[in-house]
Amino acid sequence: MKKVAITAVGVTKFNKSEKPLESMMLSSIRPIFENAKNLEQDDIDVVLTSTNANRNYLANIISELSGIKPKISHSVESLCNSGTNSLVSAYAYVSSGLADVALVVGADKADNPGLVLNWDTSRGEYRHPIFWSSMFTSAHMRKYGTTLEDLAYVSVKNHRNALDNPHAYFEKPFSIDDVMHSKRLTENLRLLDCSMPCDGAAAVVICSEEKAKKFTDMPIWISGIGQKTISASFTKNNDLTSMESTKSAVGDAYRMSNKVAGDIDVVELHDAFSICEIIELEDMGFCQNGQGSKLVRDLHDTNNKKVNPRGGLIGAGHPLGATGIAQVVEICQQLSGKAGKRQVDGAQTGLVHNMSAGSTSSTVLVLES
Amino acid sequence: MTRFEDELRNNNFVCSYCMKCQHFVWPTSEFCNKCLGDVTWKQVSKDAKLVEVSSKNGKYFCIAEFEGNIRVFGSLLGNHPRPDQNLILEKCSYDERPQFVFK
Repeated sequence: MKKVAITAVGVTKFNKSEKPLESMMLSSIRPIFENAKNLEQDDIDVVLTSTNANRNYLANIISELSGIKPKISHSVESLCNSGTNSLVSAYAYVSSGLADVALVVGADKADNPGLVLNWDTSRGEYRHPIFWSSMFTSAHMRKYGTTLEDLAYVSVKNHRNALDNPHAYFEKPFSIDDVMHSKRLTENLRLLDCSMPCDGAAAVVICSEEKAKKFTDMPIWISGIGQKTISASFTKNNDLTSMESTKSAVGDAYRMSNKVAGDIDVVELHDAFSICEIIELEDMGFCQNGQGSKLVRDLHDTNNKKVNPRGGLIGAGHPLGATGIAQVVEICQQLSGKAGKRQVDGAQTGLVHNMSAGSTSSTVLVLES
Repeated sequence: MTRFEDELRNNNFVCSYCMKCQHFVWPTSEFCNKCLGDVTWKQVSKDAKLVEVSSKNGKYFCIAEFEGNIRVFGSLLGNHPRPDQNLILEKCSYDERPQFVFK
């Protein structure tokens, strides 16, 4: 397989607006052509769009609107990890030699239909994601003694990190007390433990090693990929204290990149709810099982931005089709030393974790400068 | 309207079952998810086991498991529920979504 690099990125402000999906996508594409050297529309031979918006022929429409006539163009949908799924598809086109340069763009509106998976009849009348989140939380609390305050630390840390992200949905800090006293949705889930569906778009250009030299002096290499789908039904998660698809995906990504958790300098992980960050830190080997809460408190107390420096989904917002790509944008900026106030000093290796539908599917990417 | 939904409306839980593979196919499907062969409908036992539980506004909701592999979300009546305890399907129904009530 050919080596594959990310050479340019773009992201919009995450908010709630009247802006059409196409305009949001073009807003994230524009800075790519403004900032990448020597990149012209004619260089792009793949355009992939990532969204849950049920839009016909969207990749072709975006191609026309951005002046691109690609060889390959189509949409990729996989609920919350649509973004990284589209990136993995683009990687396959480039690494196989079928294409040289791919533009991947994701976007969603706050009211997109991907927020609830109606197909999953096993959820019964409890179809909203807050109910699966509450089940993970109950199980983790029972097995490891995780507390509501532990969960609040995730939210406080990620909202604080988001203050240094100009594209984040939230622009104010929250205290432990604020989170603990936010609206109680279930016995173990408060409103501020949840990510916020919102509008947003993000885009990246990936290309072969030969092309990368033309477009940038600082390519970011995709050195590891892992993906796993265990089911579409949430109730097929056997152990509710961990995420089977995440453990499988991260294992493959570590093997492919020849890295281990200790090699990772900066992480964007899928904190759809506070409990997700705690479990994912454990499942991806950043701490032992049952120690996720302690790790989060340590990160909070030392103002360490290693995990979710842009604020994660909880602080930055969660426009489903854009989320995975926005996570990749953040890690690229970190590894390029261009993350501003969010910068993790000396970051050379980063990890993206993006999952769907109560972790029935997960994608993990390892990126290196 | 599927047989599954029809039966739920009549307070009866049936699930697709593969006679060849001898297992329930859940969520329900016209095809076995092991051999892709045809399925039939089979009555599901009312006996279940509590997998996990939480509550909203003082009312319990849970994941319960039937027949060793059919897991569903449902409402739970009673006090101080604990995982692994035995449950009985008290009622099931269908109103745009499946509804299960355990005790």
